[in-house]
Amino acid sequence: MNEILRKEVLAPRITEFEVYAPEIAAKAQPGHFVILRVHEKGERIPLTIADYDAVKGTITMVSQEVGKTTSQLATLEVGDSLADLVGPLGTPMHIEKVGCVVCVSGGLGVAPMYPKARRFYELGSKVVSFIGAQTKEMLIFKERMEKVSHHVGYSTDDGSFGHHGFVTDLLRKFLESGKEVDEVVAIGPLPMMRAAARVTRDFGVKTVVSLNPIMVDGTGMCGGCRVTVGGEVKFACVDGPAFDGHKVDFEELMARQNRFLEEERIAMERFRAQGEGCKCQER
Amino acid sequence: MPREIAQRHQMPKQDPRERIRNFNEVALGYSPETAISEAKRCIQCPKRPCVGGCPVGVDIPDFIALLREGRFGEAAKKIKEKNSLPAICGRVCPQETQCEAVCTLGRAKNQKPVAIGALERFVADWERRELATLGGNSPAAGNEGATAKVAVVGSGPAGLTCAAELAKFGYRVVLFEALHEVGGVLRYGIPEFRLPKAILDEEVQYVKNLGVEIRTNMLIGQTLTIDDLFNDGFRAVFIGTGAGLPHFLGIPGENLNGVYSANEYLTRSNLMKAYLFPEYDTPIKTGKRVAVVGAGNVAMDAARTALRLGAEKVMIVYRRSRAEMPARAEEIENAEEEGVELMLLTNPVRVIGNEKGWVTGMECMRMELGEPDESGRRRPVPVKGSEFTLEIDTMISAIGTDPNPLLTKRTPGLVLGRHGNIIIDEKTGETSIPGVFAGGDIVTGSATVIAAMGAGKLAARGIHEYIRSRGW
Ligand SMILES: Cc1cc2nc3c(=O)[nH]c(=O)nc-3n(C[C@H](O)[C@H](O)[C@H](O)COP(=O)(O)OP(=O)(O)OC[C@H]3O[C@@H](n4cnc5c(N)ncnc54)[C@H](O)[C@@H]3O)c2cc1C
Ligand SMILES: Cc1cc2nc3c(=O)[nH]c(=O)nc-3n(C[C@H](O)[C@H](O)[C@H](O)COP(=O)(O)OP(=O)(O)OC[C@H]3O[C@@H](n4cnc5c(N)ncnc54)[C@H](O)[C@@H]3O)c2cc1C
Ligand code: SF4
Ligand code: SF4
Ligand code: FES
Repeated sequence: MNEILRKEVLAPRITEFEVYAPEIAAKAQPGHFVILRVHEKGERIPLTIADYDAVKGTITMVSQEVGKTTSQLATLEVGDSLADLVGPLGTPMHIEKVGCVVCVSGGLGVAPMYPKARRFYELGSKVVSFIGAQTKEMLIFKERMEKVSHHVGYSTDDGSFGHHGFVTDLLRKFLESGKEVDEVVAIGPLPMMRAAARVTRDFGVKTVVSLNPIMVDGTGMCGGCRVTVGGEVKFACVDGPAFDGHKVDFEELMARQNRFLEEERIAMERFRAQGEGCKCQER
Repeated sequence: MPREIAQRHQMPKQDPRERIRNFNEVALGYSPETAISEAKRCIQCPKRPCVGGCPVGVDIPDFIALLREGRFGEAAKKIKEKNSLPAICGRVCPQETQCEAVCTLGRAKNQKPVAIGALERFVADWERRELATLGGNSPAAGNEGATAKVAVVGSGPAGLTCAAELAKFGYRVVLFEALHEVGGVLRYGIPEFRLPKAILDEEVQYVKNLGVEIRTNMLIGQTLTIDDLFNDGFRAVFIGTGAGLPHFLGIPGENLNGVYSANEYLTRSNLMKAYLFPEYDTPIKTGKRVAVVGAGNVAMDAARTALRLGAEKVMIVYRRSRAEMPARAEEIENAEEEGVELMLLTNPVRVIGNEKGWVTGMECMRMELGEPDESGRRRPVPVKGSEFTLEIDTMISAIGTDPNPLLTKRTPGLVLGRHGNIIIDEKTGETSIPGVFAGGDIVTGSATVIAAMGAGKLAARGIHEYIRSRGW
């Protein structure tokens, strides 16, 4: 069950996995995510479905190593299986044909963006993509995004590729140029999504963001993933993860992301101390 | 000739000072001698009022009669005719409002009712131990020859019971559960110190041995819809998805760090075993000063869990008085013994946080009881100017749950009640969609384990009739 059929390291600490999960693949839509566990004592972590193939019965996920679970996931190889995998979770993003959509992705956000951009493209919308990364070698999904976009602009924090600066600079410039934009989709780190929403607010352009609060069950049962949107409390795992970026209380969400920093540090240190050797024991 | 009746036998418990430092079961169970002696208190009333007090009608005097003769195995069989999860019910049933509430002995002067729950638990535990030494339950029945397939959604007590009954009728049953483990609230809600998970595991094994196929990580409504199930050849579907949607108070500050729903707090600790962090990966913030808002079983469980996770001070904050506390008397007593403080007639109005977004306090008001409300309980009204601040670092909201709307929202044609509960035919358990049945908390809102089991059983019979009437 849930065997890893393909594994590819896309960039330092960023790995793509294609996993056998026919029932999830048959139902997956852009915006859906899964929750998985790597081993029997593991945490449940959410990852976006970056691609899916109902015929092959597979889904693709891209994971960035930020802590214990994602680091441990990266140690799995082709032929290994996940302990648990449930999905598709969440409400798919509402996507319809529009005149022009701007897809702004930061860092790993480009992987979750890809199925959405592709759907907009397939429906006949004009797709403009802006992709930002720390540095050139961290740029992922370049070819895939180029295939489903009419125009792609790049930025890097260190100027090693494309615009030297933030990806939201590209968004602002584009909007300032007076081009007709119907919708902006922004996916990436919270500060980047907040910045994108601030830029588009000035121009009155509808903006959808994809939130990533800490989750446990992903079924609406614990309320751990709650976010405030337009003054109302929403459960991101069922009502989202896509929300109107102009209404999201980003400051609250940023604080909530830090709920377990101390414990996460302990888990990671312990994982490092055990080293690679622990892999077989833990699983 | 009236004979001398002994006093009710107390069940031994772990010392409170000891037990708040572990997650082991608090109540330790009767010895065979005590059980027999307690069983001898039963006067075998011809009218059997106790049976009527049990939602599933366990033949209480009959099993007690077998028990007091030392025929423990037969006693267990007797209970299982009506109740397939006695080790669980003996532990978590609110007996004081059910079977024991109507026991004749309880009406006699200076007497307490027969400890029916404790006896049920004793018999079930004896049988489990016996089976273990015999090498487990009987092997899988398989039901290879069965023609009709039935799907059961949700593995709480309603789903587990329905699945077991259907398997006994001879159907091929597949049980779908959204989480990675089976048991519903018995797994993620009720803590180890009240219901050891090993017992749940054995009950689940029993259901598997009946031939039920269990598929975890299947969120019905998402992974598969009810329509998909019918298209896959299932003849009928039972929905037992529970009342898992947590309420919040709706007061300012509830999204501060350190505020949990009881569901999140208990799920992290029970299902994800955060109490064993870092051996297990899922974290939980223990908190030093914890306020639990609410006074039901859920609140008691959260409060007692917080103590065991290392909290120094745990308070139950409840806006009514002690008499209205909905938790089982035994659990309130246990909580108090362990040092949980009751702050009654107190209502939170605001959670206070620091600049980093962490809880530092909770502003509360004193309440007094006014006129009775529609529930018949006296309505708490705030005392003007009585605001005060409780210093806390963790707040747990245990003020109730609603039916989980995930599946019902995605099932067109399903008629729902005002609270999102599924409406059923009381006699058969059938919903507005032919072939779709439901029971447990998704129908009633949060109730009890035994009521959910009763509903699962009733629906199993309803499904059996439904399938038979169609000649499948
Ligand atoms: C809907 C959704 C989709 C996501 N999609 C992707 C994706 O496609 N690729 C990807 O690399 N990451 C994705 N994430 C983030 C990913 O879930 C976290 O990086 C992961 O849980 C971190 O776990 P860890 O143990 O490695 O790190 P930890 O050290 O535990 O945590 C590092 C940080 O990750 C966040 N985090 C921790 N635990 C959780 C949790 N249980 N749920 C959510 N966030 C958590 C916190 O902000 C934390 O500070 C997504 C999150 C959500 C909610
Ligand atoms: C902390 C706590 C303590 C309690 N203490 C007591 C007590 O002492 N005594 C007592 O009698 N009662 C107690 N109760 C109440 C009792 O546990 C419930 O009434 C009972 O569990 C309801 O059973 P159920 O089968 O209807 O639902 P649940 O036990 O809630 O099980 C529902 C299951 O369905 C699953 N599910 C939900 N949606 C889907 C879906 N779409 N697809 C697949 N699966 C799904 C859920 O994950 C869950 O496993 C307590 C409840 C709580 C929360
Ligand atoms: S199942 Fe519950 S109510 Fe019925 S006899 Fe047993 S303890 Fe009493
Ligand atoms: S009512 Fe009490 S005393 Fe009478 S038969 Fe039932 S358990 Fe025994
Ligand atoms: S993750 Fe538990 S409700 Fe969303």
